[in-house]
Amino acid sequence: MRFPFVRYLQVIWDAADERLGISTVWNATARHPIPREKGFMAWTYVLGSMTLTSFIVLVVTGIALATVYIPSTGQAYDSLQYITNVAPMGSILRGLHVWSASAMVICIGLHMIQVFLIGAYKYPREVNWLTGAALLALTMGMAFTGQLLRWDNIAYWSIFILAQQAARFPVLGPWLVDFLLAGHTIGGTTLSRFYAFHVFFIPAAIFALIGVHLYLVIYHGISESPKLGRVVDPKTYKHWYHSLLEREGVPFWPDGVWRDVVASFVLVLIVLAVAMFYGPPHLDKPPDPTDLVAQPKPDWYFQWIFALLALSPHLFEDWLIIGGPLVTGLIIILVPFLSNRGERHFARRPWAVGTVVASFLLVFVLTFEGTRAPWVPSYDAQPLPRSVVASNNPLVVQGANLFKTKGCEACHTIDGYGGTRGPDLSYIGEDLTAGQIIWRIQNGGTNMPSYAGTLTPQEQDALTAFLLTRKRPPVEQAGREQKGTSRHRTRGSEAGR
Amino acid sequence: MERSEEALTQELAREHEAEEPIRLGPLTMDRRAFLNLISVGLGGLLALPIAVPFLGFLLQPILMKAPTRWESIGKLDEFQIGSTVQRDVTDPSSLPWGGMANRTAVFVRRESQKELIAFSVNCTHLGCPLRWEAGAELFLCPCHGGVFYRNGQVAGGPPPRPMVRYPVRVRNGGVEVMALPSVLGVE
Repeated sequence: MRFPFVRYLQVIWDAADERLGISTVWNATARHPIPREKGFMAWTYVLGSMTLTSFIVLVVTGIALATVYIPSTGQAYDSLQYITNVAPMGSILRGLHVWSASAMVICIGLHMIQVFLIGAYKYPREVNWLTGAALLALTMGMAFTGQLLRWDNIAYWSIFILAQQAARFPVLGPWLVDFLLAGHTIGGTTLSRFYAFHVFFIPAAIFALIGVHLYLVIYHGISESPKLGRVVDPKTYKHWYHSLLEREGVPFWPDGVWRDVVASFVLVLIVLAVAMFYGPPHLDKPPDPTDLVAQPKPDWYFQWIFALLALSPHLFEDWLIIGGPLVTGLIIILVPFLSNRGERHFARRPWAVGTVVASFLLVFVLTFEGTRAPWVPSYDAQPLPRSVVASNNPLVVQGANLFKTKGCEACHTIDGYGGTRGPDLSYIGEDLTAGQIIWRIQNGGTNMPSYAGTLTPQEQDALTAFLLTRKRPPVEQAGREQKGTSRHRTRGSEAGR
Repeated sequence: MERSEEALTQELAREHEAEEPIRLGPLTMDRRAFLNLISVGLGGLLALPIAVPFLGFLLQPILMKAPTRWESIGKLDEFQIGSTVQRDVTDPSSLPWGGMANRTAVFVRRESQKELIAFSVNCTHLGCPLRWEAGAELFLCPCHGGVFYRNGQVAGGPPPRPMVRYPVRVRNGGVEVMALPSVLGVE
């Protein structure tokens, strides 16, 4: 069956195309030839598109949010409350924005790992890698500034954390702080500056670099999936690649793009589901600098740095804060310069695989520790109940009260009550004598304050008397001698330095 | 000199075919080189009157001097010897739309009859808000577990320096603290 009007549509299309040159652009871009990929490897190529899709979602939802959000330190919090709780669709919009940001961080990370493992950054695609690395840095910049725009109590203190790290830079430190905060401290111009960075500076750079990145993808062509023993030689690669495309190339549209669209579709569905059923992140208390009951913690993607800053040796910390990002950045930049030829397959590149595994483990373990944060003092530890104290001796009862009021319980656990920063003291009476207990409390330790000037001799006696009662019940003691384990030594004693 | 249209078309076609890659130098000042110089030069010059105010405006916080001010935080009698309390001051560089961000907290400790200490509430590790635990007489940090003694010395954890102190004075029976708009404390 033929529809006569198709002929007329064709005439209109031809006339438009002749004047707009759509076919030329279309054929050069969407229809550019790509190597034929099959199976799992073909699906690893969707990660770049998924990153782009999350970015597009971020731009669209960001524009909508910007129509209501007020980047003023005095009003941002209220405008966010309005967006989240009053404006129709506001909660979903914020959710989409935040969870797309998470999606973009994940996708760009996986994309980088994939490109690294298949050696796609090798000749002639070195600059694809470099622009991608810059895009990763910018994405992290967006993630951080975005978290600050959630202008609540946590965001307020996060800016201090950023400023204090910037201040560690030699010579430039104070200037850097003034530049970031738009002043000598957080004030009226601070938030609008971060807003400008979040919606103008960084996105403009991202748009430009995505342009270069995609241009290079088309200019050099998508890298073929690696094959054991097939090495990259800059002298012959381009010629070989073009003959490969001539032999078995397929047009990107639609042979390759359909996988990108399917993957992006699933991604957006997931983000939407999270935005709808879980919602946007909770807004903490208003950003009141005089409310000191705050627990600043970064969003998940910076949790590992948060943990690193608690666990690293204090002596090297300046080096870590300044050198860490610089060295990491330098290594990423150097990748294509160090090895832009030779074997591409990961099975023949043990160092590449090792680097990925080691980095992943490092970030994973630190993220996990950052979520637990055992070094954070337990401010709201409940006073030890009678059942735990288990004594009617007035001196012991007084000691148990002092254990709470003198702050011991903020860092030490007894029978499940208290913090995890210091060793568990549930059975301390078995391991230390009265003299050792007094010595430790009076002198302190690596991370323990000295209580020499804080406790009266009578209070010290009470606390010692209480701690000496801390022994295993007889039954458990027998079991322990059989097994030969010591609970308080294995639990929490090294938590946090 | 007049050229036929055909010759001109041919010349253009030849130029088009050549499509030489851009080469830098050696520079000889012919007409094209001059036009090139004008375009690049004027274009660059055009960027200057935009770049200077742009960068100057963005960098002005570095150049501006921080205003300071003595601010009253109460009568001397309100501060008991041996106690540490929180007081709030207004940032002297505050702006009308600053809202809550214009406020800052300080810890004030009365050491003796005459001696007062005013501490910044920021941990010297990474600036998190310290909490005063009166019973323990310690400042505890909620971020990475920094601990300070009542005199601001480091008692444990990662902080590299003692707590930052603000200038404080007693005038006519009233306590005044110097409100310093700086996250780094006294500069």
